[in-house]
Amino acid sequence: MSKFEFPPSIKSRPVYGTLKARPGKGHLMIADAEGAEAILGIATPDLMAKTHIIYIPRGAGFTDQLRALNPAQFYEGPTYAASVQRIRRVLQDAHMGLQVYLTGTEGLMGQAQNEAMQAGIPHTAIQTEHRGSVARRMQCVHCKGITEDVETDPFVCSHCGLNLFVRDHYSRRLAAYQGVCIDAEDPGNVPAPKGIYE
Amino acid sequence: MTIQFNDETFRDDYSFHNSDWAIKRFPFPFHEDSYMYAVNMEQHRGGPEGSVYEKRFDVDEHYVAEMRDRAMVLADDPLRCQSLPHMTLAGWDLLELIMVSKSEDYPDLFELHRDGDTWRWVNKPMGIDDTFTFLDDTTLPYGPMEYITRQTQGDFCVLDQRDNNLWMDAGMVTTQADWSLDFDIGMNFFEWHAPVPLAHEKGIFVRALKFLLNIQQGAPARRLNWTMTVNPLLDTSPENYHKWGIQKTTLTPENIGAKQHLRVELQTFFRLPRSNALVFPIRCYLCSFQDLMTMPKWGRRLHRVVRDLPVELATYKGFIDNRPMMLDYLSQFDDGLPTSPGVWPDFETEPPLAK
Repeated sequence: MSKFEFPPSIKSRPVYGTLKARPGKGHLMIADAEGAEAILGIATPDLMAKTHIIYIPRGAGFTDQLRALNPAQFYEGPTYAASVQRIRRVLQDAHMGLQVYLTGTEGLMGQAQNEAMQAGIPHTAIQTEHRGSVARRMQCVHCKGITEDVETDPFVCSHCGLNLFVRDHYSRRLAAYQGVCIDAEDPGNVPAPKGIYE
Repeated sequence: MTIQFNDETFRDDYSFHNSDWAIKRFPFPFHEDSYMYAVNMEQHRGGPEGSVYEKRFDVDEHYVAEMRDRAMVLADDPLRCQSLPHMTLAGWDLLELIMVSKSEDYPDLFELHRDGDTWRWVNKPMGIDDTFTFLDDTTLPYGPMEYITRQTQGDFCVLDQRDNNLWMDAGMVTTQADWSLDFDIGMNFFEWHAPVPLAHEKGIFVRALKFLLNIQQGAPARRLNWTMTVNPLLDTSPENYHKWGIQKTTLTPENIGAKQHLRVELQTFFRLPRSNALVFPIRCYLCSFQDLMTMPKWGRRLHRVVRDLPVELATYKGFIDNRPMMLDYLSQFDDGLPTSPGVWPDFETEPPLAK
């Protein structure tokens, strides 16, 4: 599957790369949906013998292929929220030099990166590769509620109901882009939603 | 002089007002008849007597009312003040800097008595007399940064310095020009400035960062920034934008002189001694158009600046829709005469309005 090329943007917007196997005695790979394909792309028997894969399928059918790589540890989580306790435990037990690989949607990578940062790994040392949906995880700046998988701009805050426009301004700490009321100066004047990259 | 503190509000009935003294010392930000971004740094080591540049932390007639407004903002939203765990020492550095500066610069208003680590702080305008142990968080009612910035006008960003960058790792932000500390905390210098148009391309932030990384103890710097605000509203936060944004539509040709305010930030930068952090106070001054127009030079110049500002900047600063009405008003105060160089009003030498 071809990768989406994000248009150039402002300096707070994350930039994703392409996963590469790095030397190390421990490897943690966290992926959702089509992110599995990025893991399949770099997997070798040697690497997999030292790798813990945490995978959230979100309806994509890659579980069997990932298991077939024979990783040292494998966990399939039903949701990110269900997986986060395990992610924290793995990071807590990690030794110096653990290599972290994140791939899939922006929301998955951002949240997992935040966990790794809180465990003391600099964000610049974490590899990322975007795959799959280009939907965004958005924070409403007004009510602070998070709306997952936002595909259109503007969108309605799933918590307070305000009409929000989708900014490129991004917080690593919140793992979210910022949504700001679009019709504050002209209530009710809300443009028709369109895809974020249309 | 003894300062008479105003009993006034920055919300609801907006009873905020500037005395003649406050108008004369307003930090008008335009040194010429046009404006474009610049790093525009200078040393912050005093200034003309009575000006806002004279003291390290200027105290003016709005002090008590501004602190009351800050307490209200914090009661509504405590996340306006945050400090990441590694920034506590910088908070103590800041507390020391402000207490020493204010007690030296305003001995009639503030007193600091130090006996080893036992400090007594007296803030007469706010009726505070506290004794605490320096560097012991448990002896203050708030963390050190929050304690002292609840008593000091202006927003405060406390920046950690590492990896050749500055990191927004603590702050007290209740009088901001539409940015969120809660969203931006933990970002580096380029990231928190990411939404600013044009300035990245001009290399402004690369140069500014290089300057700031090299600020030394005892050698603070300052610059001005500005925007426009309808009504004297201090809390123009993104958090509350859905509530205050509508106020921009209440301008009419009749009320614009009183309602439209030029909002100027006096930004200063101090290196902190123990933490090597940089504190970045952002002090907000508001002045209505009609008060500014009492200085003929400022009337002429503000018209020309607003008229010629690039569309991107007028949009970013949030007044593109109101610009035509602003120009209708301001043009009455521009007779085409030349203006003297520099920011000062020069009201004794500049000619009166000739129209």
